[in-house]
Amino acid sequence: MTYTLTLNGQTRNVDAGGDTPILYILRDQLRTLSPRYGCGAEQCGACRILVDGELTYSCTTTLIDVADRHVTTVEGMAPDNSQHALQKAFLSLNAAQCGYCLSGIMISAFSLLQKNNAPSREEIQAALVGHLCRCGAHNRIISAIKLAAAMLRSETGPSS
Amino acid sequence: MSEKAAHLPTALRENPCISTWLQFLDHRVRICTGKVELGQGISTAIAMIASEELDLAMDQIEIQTGRTDRGPNEFITAGSMSIEGSGAAVGHVCADARLILLNMAAAHFDVSMATLVVSNGVITNPLGNEQISYWQLLDGTQIEQNADGSGNRKPSAGYKIIGHSTTRTDLEAKLTGKPAFIQDLAFEKLLHGRIIRAPGAHDRIISADLTGAEKLPGMIKVVRNGNFIGVLASDEYTAIQGKALIERDLKWSPGHDQILPGDVPGFLKENVTVSLLVEDGTPSEKPIPPFMVATDGEQISANYTKPYHLHGSIGPSAAVARFHAGHLTVYSHSQGPYVLRAALAIALGMDSQAITVIHKENAGCYGHNGADDAAMDAALLALACPDRFISLKWQRVDEHLWEPFSPAMAVSLSASLENGRIKYWNADIYSQSHMGRPVPMRNASNLLAAWQIIPPIPRAQARPGMAAHGGIHRNADPYYTFTGKRITKNLVSDQRVRTSSTRALGAFANTFAIESFMDELAIKAAQDPVQFRIRHLTDARAINVITQTANQLATYPFPDQESMVFGRGIAFARYKNSKCYASVGIILGVHIETFTIKLLQGFITADAGQIIDRDGLSNQLEGGMIQAASWTLKEAVRFSEHHSSSTNWDSYPILNFEEVPEITTTLINQPGSPSLGAGEATQGPTPAAISNAVFDATGVRLRDLPFLPEALRRAALHD
Repeated sequence: MTYTLTLNGQTRNVDAGGDTPILYILRDQLRTLSPRYGCGAEQCGACRILVDGELTYSCTTTLIDVADRHVTTVEGMAPDNSQHALQKAFLSLNAAQCGYCLSGIMISAFSLLQKNNAPSREEIQAALVGHLCRCGAHNRIISAIKLAAAMLRSETGPSS
Repeated sequence: MSEKAAHLPTALRENPCISTWLQFLDHRVRICTGKVELGQGISTAIAMIASEELDLAMDQIEIQTGRTDRGPNEFITAGSMSIEGSGAAVGHVCADARLILLNMAAAHFDVSMATLVVSNGVITNPLGNEQISYWQLLDGTQIEQNADGSGNRKPSAGYKIIGHSTTRTDLEAKLTGKPAFIQDLAFEKLLHGRIIRAPGAHDRIISADLTGAEKLPGMIKVVRNGNFIGVLASDEYTAIQGKALIERDLKWSPGHDQILPGDVPGFLKENVTVSLLVEDGTPSEKPIPPFMVATDGEQISANYTKPYHLHGSIGPSAAVARFHAGHLTVYSHSQGPYVLRAALAIALGMDSQAITVIHKENAGCYGHNGADDAAMDAALLALACPDRFISLKWQRVDEHLWEPFSPAMAVSLSASLENGRIKYWNADIYSQSHMGRPVPMRNASNLLAAWQIIPPIPRAQARPGMAAHGGIHRNADPYYTFTGKRITKNLVSDQRVRTSSTRALGAFANTFAIESFMDELAIKAAQDPVQFRIRHLTDARAINVITQTANQLATYPFPDQESMVFGRGIAFARYKNSKCYASVGIILGVHIETFTIKLLQGFITADAGQIIDRDGLSNQLEGGMIQAASWTLKEAVRFSEHHSSSTNWDSYPILNFEEVPEITTTLINQPGSPSLGAGEATQGPTPAAISNAVFDATGVRLRDLPFLPEALRRAALHD
């Protein structure tokens, strides 16, 4: 059956079973590689995406659940051919070891920064508690999110 | 061989031709290393060395990691040896190449070589009016001479890149959703594979109903070969569904009556296969001398244990394989592409020349995980379905159940204190093998599927490693000076629980035991633990890293919080007694009602000789400390009757973002001295620093990992 969804602002038609987890649709059919499989059970966060702006585990959310809705992945955080402040900050601080967990983490941070433009260490830690990093890059990741928040604040200027 | 050539790094002597390592491509240079990217950033560090020695910009360098059809054979990427081995080899080969190219340029301009200036691979003549590039000089050819050490490496004082920090070369793709990992490989008409197994390595399948899976639309093939079952589908979710259907009705019988008795340390001590004396870090078959006891000293003893651990990579193991025109190509995240090729050849009954193994990165790798087994699984599926590329992925439960575990260990220590000093040191270390890698063996295999196919290939018998600081006995020999040491390693070759290498091998448990015991002995001797350590050390670099961390710990104020008691702890090790010096300090709080341990602040001081990639070094040391803190506070594989019951992240929890301490790292650079492997240097000191800090906070000594709240509560009641 054919389903329609909006992926990073573009309308996409997908021909697949409605019970297929959206993770495999994104990666294999739509070749959107940033969400990554880690556990298939909402325990590690590597697959996280936004569906209509809500944080969602793509490994357990099915195609039919996202039909006619807006899906945002890391590829869609910034307009075409540009990098979001989060990507710039993670790059400039080498905020990674292997980097496998980072797409999901950046999506959670993207969601956090929309609600809180100057999160504290504790607020970032709380926002990332559903994400596992096995390499121990946690502190760099927290620093990068703080840096991204500062970059975004300076882009938008002081709030009125 | 010239004297200089004789002193070149081993990897370069074994693979001497310059073009094996360096290929000049259209205004770029490809560096081929036999080492592989495990998420540790080795590609970046090697690119920095090449950039420095060849006067190239970082973006002119492309790093090709291990593959069997190109580049040097550098065995396995393990043991914190890549910078010392491959890094040094690349440095020398680039220095030799630079000399050859400058000689060519000097002849071209008819000037002396010393007058030439090189920048970004372009050589300028002394007048500054003519230029020629490396690529023009070579005119499409490569440097086919052997490296002989005649090109001197640059003096460290002038380093522009080495010793500084740079942006990791691999990160951009990973942060922007570009193909970066083995799971991202795409091929025309790719098939998706999954494997079905009984939970234990030696369990036997009694019955498996394959018909449901075979009938799924999109299922291409269900493969059964003895106790090995695989499904191949045109889309990934069909493969997952097929696996689930077969698993639902799978009947199996356990390979062992009972996987493990409840008392693991007791089991290890009662099932020793071989005991060996360890002298100067090296085992031998010499007779084991009697226990050393001082006649008029005080004898103090303690037992320390660690449980089985998972590597727990965030990305489960995967491989891509194709069998085409008699040749098998396997993409794998194995730590040793050449080693895997040889093991596959034996297990599959093929000529190794008919197999190519190409390294492709997966999520972080911290030792011998499921990578090699997944490669074998993919190879079996590819042979069963020729001409198609097969993408084989393990799922989370597969990785948790099938990867080789880090072995449980028991360390019994006993020392004599005399006049406030340690006179004699006795250590008896019990463990299964840390060396279950699939190194090629005649008529045996360490690949999981090899034991399951028909006819099965027997599993290799675990044998004691005899190399200095090899496995069980890594860092078993304290870096301190005592009058006498009597150290034994005791191998338990029983492999009902499959074990192999995990980051730092025996050094994690051995350093935990030694450095906890040093604090216990200092307290018995009524001495400050830092000064007590220094009294037993002769190496100024060791004393320096300890002193710096101790000063930072001493001046860190405890928070003012009524519900917690606070403590500070320190520990030190020189990895393998010959590599990076590292001290770890911890400030922690223990909640007085819940007995929860909260890490507040970590300190690391490390001396890894000449620093290559400053930021990469900090990243490895800090990541190692956090990982080791996770092992210390939370991790243990749990067992049901026949197999592990730690099948996911709920039943095998690891440290999360709210539990991670901030870390301050101090790096001591030693310009011009050899770079020392550092990727595992904080692993051992971390658990001891935590144990020492818990004692400082509560007066309770924890000797059995992990330090769960229940364990601390029980220990507090007994004290």
